[in-house]
Amino acid sequence: MDMNTLVLILAATVAAAIPLIFAALGELVVEKSGVLNLGVEGMMVVGAVFAFMTAAETGQLWLAVIVGALAGAGMALMFGFITLSLMANQVATGLALTIFGIGLSAFIGQGYTSVALDGLKEISIPVLSSLPIVGKLLFSYNILVYLAVVAFVGIWWFLYKSRAGLILRAVGESPSSAHALGYRVIRVRYLAVLFGGAMAGVGGAYLSIAYTPLWAEGMTAGRGWIALALVVFATWRPGRVLIGALLFGGVTIAQFHVQGLGVEIPSQFLSMLPYLATIIVLVLISRDAGVIRLNAPASLGQPWHNELH
Amino acid sequence: MLRLEPRPAPSRLMVYLSPLLAMALMLVVGMVVFTILGQPPLKAFHAFFIEPINDWYGFGELLIKSSPLALIALGLAVGFRANIWNIGAEGQLIMGAIAAGGVALWLYETTSAWILLPLMFIAGALGGMFWASIPAFLRTRFNTSEILVSLMLVYVANLVLSWLIHGPWRDPDGYGFPQSKLFESSAILPIMLEGTRVHAGIFITVLALLAAGIFFRWSLIAFQMRVAGLAPKAALYAGFKQKKMVWLGLLAGGAAAGLAGTAEVAGPIGQLLIPISPGYGFAAIIVAFVGRLHPVGIVLASLLMALLYLGGESAQMQLALPAAVSGVFQGMLLFFLLATDVLIQFKLRWVPKASAGAV
Amino acid sequence: MTKYSLALRFKTLMSSLLLASSMAVAGSASADEPLKIGFAHVSPIGDAGWTYQHDLGRKAIEEKFGDKIQVKYIESVPEGAEAERVIRDLASSGNKLIFGTSFGFMNPMVKVAKAFPETYFEHATGYKTEANLGNYNARFYEGRYLSGIIAGSMTKSNTLGYVAAFPIPEVVMGINAYIRGAQSVNPKAEVKVVWVNAWFDPGREREATVALIDQGADIITHHTDSTAVVSAAEEKGKYSIGYNSDMSKYGPKYQLTAVTHHWEQFYIDQVQQVLDKTWKPTSIWGGVKEGMIGLSPLNPAVPKEVADKVEQAKADMIAGKLHPFAGPVVDQDGKERVAAGSNISDEDLSKMDYYVKGIQGKLPK
Repeated sequence: MDMNTLVLILAATVAAAIPLIFAALGELVVEKSGVLNLGVEGMMVVGAVFAFMTAAETGQLWLAVIVGALAGAGMALMFGFITLSLMANQVATGLALTIFGIGLSAFIGQGYTSVALDGLKEISIPVLSSLPIVGKLLFSYNILVYLAVVAFVGIWWFLYKSRAGLILRAVGESPSSAHALGYRVIRVRYLAVLFGGAMAGVGGAYLSIAYTPLWAEGMTAGRGWIALALVVFATWRPGRVLIGALLFGGVTIAQFHVQGLGVEIPSQFLSMLPYLATIIVLVLISRDAGVIRLNAPASLGQPWHNELH
Repeated sequence: MLRLEPRPAPSRLMVYLSPLLAMALMLVVGMVVFTILGQPPLKAFHAFFIEPINDWYGFGELLIKSSPLALIALGLAVGFRANIWNIGAEGQLIMGAIAAGGVALWLYETTSAWILLPLMFIAGALGGMFWASIPAFLRTRFNTSEILVSLMLVYVANLVLSWLIHGPWRDPDGYGFPQSKLFESSAILPIMLEGTRVHAGIFITVLALLAAGIFFRWSLIAFQMRVAGLAPKAALYAGFKQKKMVWLGLLAGGAAAGLAGTAEVAGPIGQLLIPISPGYGFAAIIVAFVGRLHPVGIVLASLLMALLYLGGESAQMQLALPAAVSGVFQGMLLFFLLATDVLIQFKLRWVPKASAGAV
Repeated sequence: MTKYSLALRFKTLMSSLLLASSMAVAGSASADEPLKIGFAHVSPIGDAGWTYQHDLGRKAIEEKFGDKIQVKYIESVPEGAEAERVIRDLASSGNKLIFGTSFGFMNPMVKVAKAFPETYFEHATGYKTEANLGNYNARFYEGRYLSGIIAGSMTKSNTLGYVAAFPIPEVVMGINAYIRGAQSVNPKAEVKVVWVNAWFDPGREREATVALIDQGADIITHHTDSTAVVSAAEEKGKYSIGYNSDMSKYGPKYQLTAVTHHWEQFYIDQVQQVLDKTWKPTSIWGGVKEGMIGLSPLNPAVPKEVADKVEQAKADMIAGKLHPFAGPVVDQDGKERVAAGSNISDEDLSKMDYYVKGIQGKLPK
């Protein structure tokens, strides 16, 4: 394989990883606040359909991204209300959110299944985009790819360098102590959940208006679940989310290249690779119980009420 | 403003009332949705909830659809009670079907249903348990999240089935289409109710129901698992065997799903193909919760869920509503149930705004 | 209590409970009532693909027969145990002619056809028949051969990309016909195949398309049901050939043509036969000649002499002078599958499980 093909594979890997990066970074912030939202897939797919509908009706792709984010946040608000205000079980509510989201998106999107959309295009940066190798590898993407990088830097800075991030982590580690210090645990968690929903919505929007500019039922195809796995894989660290998403994207793309090269393995086994790789990596990460315990927010998944603690 | 106040003790009344409240809410919202869609709500409800079961055949369909849902939900409830989240029952169902189908194809010449069918069910249960044992092993040995592993294995199970029916198990006389041979009649469950498709697999569900009832009521480990689910720390101090619970919780779900998969291929399908299940493994999660992880509740919830599926088809036929309506209703029902559950532990009280604390 | 009396009791119970409602539903059949027709589809109709083309057939019969018929369709019917109930429901609610448009409906339709001997059933792409069950299919491979002529003429890299769903004969014969068409004008052309293991998964279809382009393929076609391949090729500035329906709206600049299915005439004929009471169970396998398969209007980028070659080949096919699998057909291991001077039999064609020469890689088995 020559250098050129390798660069092309890497560029395709980045493009495949972006929806995972958005959704997983959002979920990371949610989990850092001590909330486990398993409804990422549902929020993504609703974000995807709303973004697509907006783009198809108005032609405004930026507006579509914003509407996708709002739709994801709207789904997250339902989750937040049931789990935070009504203290329902987070795992069950998250599953319900996914089932509901897949049904809802199929329902409202049915008139849009054969609409063609002029999707987000790669932006061409003068000089930089035409550089050999580097140009293709770093400067040949649509704007959402760069937005993902900005989101990553912003989240990293927020979590580790800002006061608000410290409060968020404190709420996730020990809501009782945070409450005793005068922080509003439920409010912080609401904000985190809404942010996570918006990020999942943007991830969905990327799929429906940039990656494959069309709407199809269930088009997120399990990426929300992969995003959840990536958060554990990353032991709740943003940098590792990035690496994990790229690895997963790489395995996904590589299987098609392996097939194109004519390797004699039933394609079903190649298609299993991304899932098997996820399991193996999860095992490697969680094998060391100390690492998980050190990094996982201590109150993850537990409901909290200020009169019960 | 309205405030939630903890009750001194959980309300027994609300335990039974909240599912009814949830259903009522779903009906109200459903009415609004139908009206918005320009459908007279009563006609829509008739198409959705009555039309599908207004004849004997339709009633049979309700039973054969609720049977796997109840069976899997009973198995999952064992784990869910202890906060062990097996959400990959769909994959365990597929593996069970593969194992049972493998036996049916391997012993193709066997003419005695009395030998073949029990073997298929044993193989199916083992197949489902094998698939569930992977997350169990990884959780107990490496502390890996069983939620994610069991879910990833759904995709893998589907691809294994795809490979088998495109390759080694493809019907040689089937013009290359991805299906196994049709099973011999000795591998097909007998029909129990004339004029319907209700087959003997329904007895497996009844047996599982009895077994689950006895297990939850009288066994020590079930009690310990319940405690571990409600108060994990207490269970830890009491020295309950965490690993044993994980294994039991996952294997029960796997066995139930495997049996359900067997009943599908030996029942209405009669061969191996894709798809074996229209998402029973996932819908059973809702059934388990709506049924409050209790055997009787699960049976009622499975009937309701089956009716929602059938109603979705009927609504398509009668009212030209899209198939996705079913999913919306299922999700809503679960939301409302989870939301109204709060009334078991809390009561609503009206408090003047000024005295309301930080929430 | 016997099973039967239980059934009776249940019926009595239900009918007394639902008296009012069942009265609304009940209706008696009379001579001038419209012919009720039902369609069962495996996917939503609006997918610009397989089901969409069948739904055009529904629209055609509605337009042609007006109030002489009454048509219902059910979409997203899962194959397997669900299909039998849906098809049965269609039959028991009075539809007299029922079309099932997915291969996986075959065994359920056989079962329901036996239970409803007065109802006529037509199943697409299957091979079983009954006294009241016929089947129909199209010779997709003829369109593949024609589009292969265009691809073979226009490729610069001599590498053609093919995104395929599952290795079943229908797909394999399409791949083989495509390369035979391409090599009829360009012996150096080769095909690279990527299997995505799904009929409809836009994300994977796109990824496979990009992978093929990155490996040097400069014209991409597909045997999957979404429009993702055509739109991904458009984005990358590579030519594509659509499938099922004309996808030029997804690839306005780069879709060269599309191999399209046309079921309208078939559906019209079937309805007419039922109305005339001349319907019989048949196995229909129509191709370019019958108008069941065609090419969508060619992209202006296709040179005139290539378009002429396609027209000529099409005319020869209709005249019976050209068969995409006219001998000698040699598989990729050099084994002769069809002797020179004869055409492949329909039987062998429908069991095709080998690649002909010119295809890279091995057929997964």
